[in-house]
Amino acid sequence: MFHIYCPHCCEYREEEEFHASGQAHIPRPLDPDACTDQEWGEYMYFRKNPRGIHHELWVHAAGCRKFFNITRDTQTYEIKEVYKIGEQPSVVANSDQ
Amino acid sequence: MQHYSGFGLLKHSFSHHENWQRVWRNPTPKKKYDVIIVGGGGHGLATAYYLAKEFGVTNVAVIEKGFLGGGNTARNTTIVRSNYLWDEAAHLYEHAMKLWEGLSQDLNYNVMFSQRGCLNLGHTLQDMRDIERRVNANRLNGIDGEVLDAQQVQEIVPVLDCSDRARYPVMGASWQPRAGVARHDAVAWGFARGADAHGVDLIQQTEVQDLIIEDGTVVGVRTAQYGEIRADRVGCVVAGNSSVLAKMGGFELPLESHPLQALVSEPIKPILDTVVMSNHVHGYASQSDKGDLVIGAGIDGYNGYGQRGSYSTIEHTIQAVLEMFPVFSRVRMNRQWGGIVDTCPDACPIISETPVKNLFFNCGWGTGGFKATPGSGHVFAASLAKGEMHELAKPFSMFRFHNGALVDEHGAAGVAH
Ligand SMILES: Cc1cc2nc3c(=O)[nH]c(=O)nc-3n(C[C@H](O)[C@H](O)[C@H](O)COP(=O)(O)OP(=O)(O)OC[C@H]3O[C@@H](n4cnc5c(N)ncnc54)[C@H](O)[C@@H]3O)c2cc1C
Ligand SMILES: [Zn+2]
Repeated sequence: MFHIYCPHCCEYREEEEFHASGQAHIPRPLDPDACTDQEWGEYMYFRKNPRGIHHELWVHAAGCRKFFNITRDTQTYEIKEVYKIGEQPSVVANSDQ
Repeated sequence: MQHYSGFGLLKHSFSHHENWQRVWRNPTPKKKYDVIIVGGGGHGLATAYYLAKEFGVTNVAVIEKGFLGGGNTARNTTIVRSNYLWDEAAHLYEHAMKLWEGLSQDLNYNVMFSQRGCLNLGHTLQDMRDIERRVNANRLNGIDGEVLDAQQVQEIVPVLDCSDRARYPVMGASWQPRAGVARHDAVAWGFARGADAHGVDLIQQTEVQDLIIEDGTVVGVRTAQYGEIRADRVGCVVAGNSSVLAKMGGFELPLESHPLQALVSEPIKPILDTVVMSNHVHGYASQSDKGDLVIGAGIDGYNGYGQRGSYSTIEHTIQAVLEMFPVFSRVRMNRQWGGIVDTCPDACPIISETPVKNLFFNCGWGTGGFKATPGSGHVFAASLAKGEMHELAKPFSMFRFHNGALVDEHGAAGVAH
């Protein structure tokens, strides 16, 4: 059970108010028509799935209904940081540095 | 291998059951194998068994980081059925169903496969249309199935709330009589024992820490205890850890690993003699031979490798099951646990070649791979033996996510099962 800090409401709320929306920082291809099948497939279906540090998009679904990002360890489930859309994470996995 | 029989049981009772042979050896790995299977769950063990027994490849090792069958194989709710919508998936799961039907005899090990039938309930007009379509598709594929109305459902399961007082009244169901449950541990142990008897080395407590790749070809695996173990071909069957192994191979898979939880009640007298699932209310239940109600529902929404999920998910599961079976409201729950399921965007598995030569993956079974265990092992073994994918496996290539030939089974996969 997570206790999640919503950076918009500036409060800790229970996990049930939130909804996990998968990997964060996925840029939509600027020119979709120019993508190869492989590039488009990767954009559509391939997600980072690390055992360890993961950057994820969450939405405060039963609260302010705004999106934000969480850096979380998928092994220990520890939430490392919470940051707004457009910001960059300060905690990153060693392999991504 | 010591043959099991009723007579053997009687014979051993005279020596107080103290002289049974060990079920498998505990070998030190060789330097080199023809095939290494990474992951000693049901699918990995079945692969090794069929490799040795059907395809004559006996120089095989299964490398398991924990104990055999301790992953999702030991954590699932054991529903077996084959009523999937699309031809590709239906053929694959029905291939497994046919193997299930003779499995205890084939393995000389009682996997307690019980064809007690499975109901997939419909609660809306659209549910019923989907059910009709799926059952018709099943029948065209030679898979048993019937569409039942609410009254027929009530006759099969008297304790199910089929009244119109329910929040989502039951309108009908699909019914697959050949579906059922099996004993998950026995499946892993039976395949392990059979594989060992055919010469397969089962290496436990040994984590594969890296794949050894030379010139784009896999040539073995690296472990802490035994260093490098070489092989001509490597098959990874590691369920929730597939993305971790793929990363060792230098590529990504379209998978996400989620916690999936289940729970069992205290044992009660026989009350439910079939499997009842509802996509709409989102829960399912059956009763084990011991008497406990076996209950499950959906995944936790976030990625997780921790083999545990959130309490709120359990609460929703219980709510759903009580909505279907108000009569269970005072049954106490005994145990609750989680596994890590590797969910795939089209709710179908990946049984595939990879960008690395001689490296194969069998994964993406997500919430519903137990039912496929023998079939998955069989087609993967055939593919590893020949170095070329089996006909039934071809539609499940990982490259379908590049060319768009997805096999969308979200409807039939529905509630995690
Ligand atoms: C709660 C729950 C309920 C379910 N209910 C059903 C159901 O009712 N019906 C159904 O059909 N399916 C169900 N499933 C899904 C089913 O359990 C799985 O699809 C199936 O068991 C997968 O089998 P497997 O052998 O591929 O994986 P596993 O049994 O998980 O085996 C993978 C093995 O790989 C090992 N491993 C991982 N990494 C490494 C490494 N680096 N080195 C060595 N070994 C490694 C693991 O330790 C593990 O033992 C359920 C799953 C869960 C979690
Ligand atoms: Zn908020």
